[in-house]
Amino acid sequence: MDAKVISIIAAAVAVSIGSIGPALGEGRSVAAAMDAIARQPEAAGTISRTLFVGLAMIETMAIYCLVIALILLFANPFA
Amino acid sequence: MTQGSPLATTIVFHVGPLLVTRAVVTTWGIMTVLAAGSWLSTRYLRPEPSRRQAILELVVTGIEGQIEEVVCRDARPLLPLLGTLFIFLLTANICGVVPGIQAPTGKIETPAALALIVFLSVHWFGVRARGLLGYLGSFAQPKLIMLPLNVLSEITRTFSLMVRLFGNIMSGEFLIALVLALAGVLVPIPLMALEILVGVVQAYIFFVLATVFIGAAVGGESNEPDGAVASPATPVE
Repeated sequence: MDAKVISIIAAAVAVSIGSIGPALGEGRSVAAAMDAIARQPEAAGTISRTLFVGLAMIETMAIYCLVIALILLFANPFA
Repeated sequence: MTQGSPLATTIVFHVGPLLVTRAVVTTWGIMTVLAAGSWLSTRYLRPEPSRRQAILELVVTGIEGQIEEVVCRDARPLLPLLGTLFIFLLTANICGVVPGIQAPTGKIETPAALALIVFLSVHWFGVRARGLLGYLGSFAQPKLIMLPLNVLSEITRTFSLMVRLFGNIMSGEFLIALVLALAGVLVPIPLMALEILVGVVQAYIFFVLATVFIGAAVGGESNEPDGAVASPATPVE
């Protein structure tokens, strides 16, 4: 197989596998935040601000995978 | 494969040896609009506010309150930098919705420059608040063995600040372009609405993270090993 074809497959694998973990993590954190807001509605402001920052941190992992995929597709050092 | 690449930049014109890209032109346009707007809207400030001044005060005190909640101290010294950062990012992220304008944050150089500003101002505020030796000593806390980790986290969190903004905005634009090419003219409108939401959230996240980093450098606590994940989670109220 040609290096270009391999890197296209690798980009798809990087995004698809790399987004599983962040998806599970974001789901868990949103569920926990919902639980916390339901228990303590007066703390909703603090909880949702913290949630957004935490989600951004988790999302970074998926975005790293996206960047790897983009580098493989558009700025490939080997093809 | 390289044409239409989201990593490529379009060059508008040259100034001597300098290449001026489209993102730079858009950035300067936004800067002009914001600066002129700020100048015009702050010319007639009175003790009893008009409607326009009330909106302005709402924005400024809102941002100040957000900073104060995160750093738990007087927000006044941080307000000019962080407020400007937030308003600029908000405008820059959303202006991609206007036809013919590309969001400058969707190109790698604008987020890189902004992350560099945050990186340098973290050290500036840290040194100003604690003195040079006190600030450098904070890297060796809680133990000297944490020094390489703390230094590494300074670099990785700046890098992730850059990549997060770039990746979100660029992938949104890329997605809209793909759907437009595949489906047709009016189909990507819901995606553009989603993109406005993403732009606002990303501007807010960049602003809050910059505040957290500066707050950690100014305050007495040591930096977290991986990008201060824990410190925004526990703002003491």
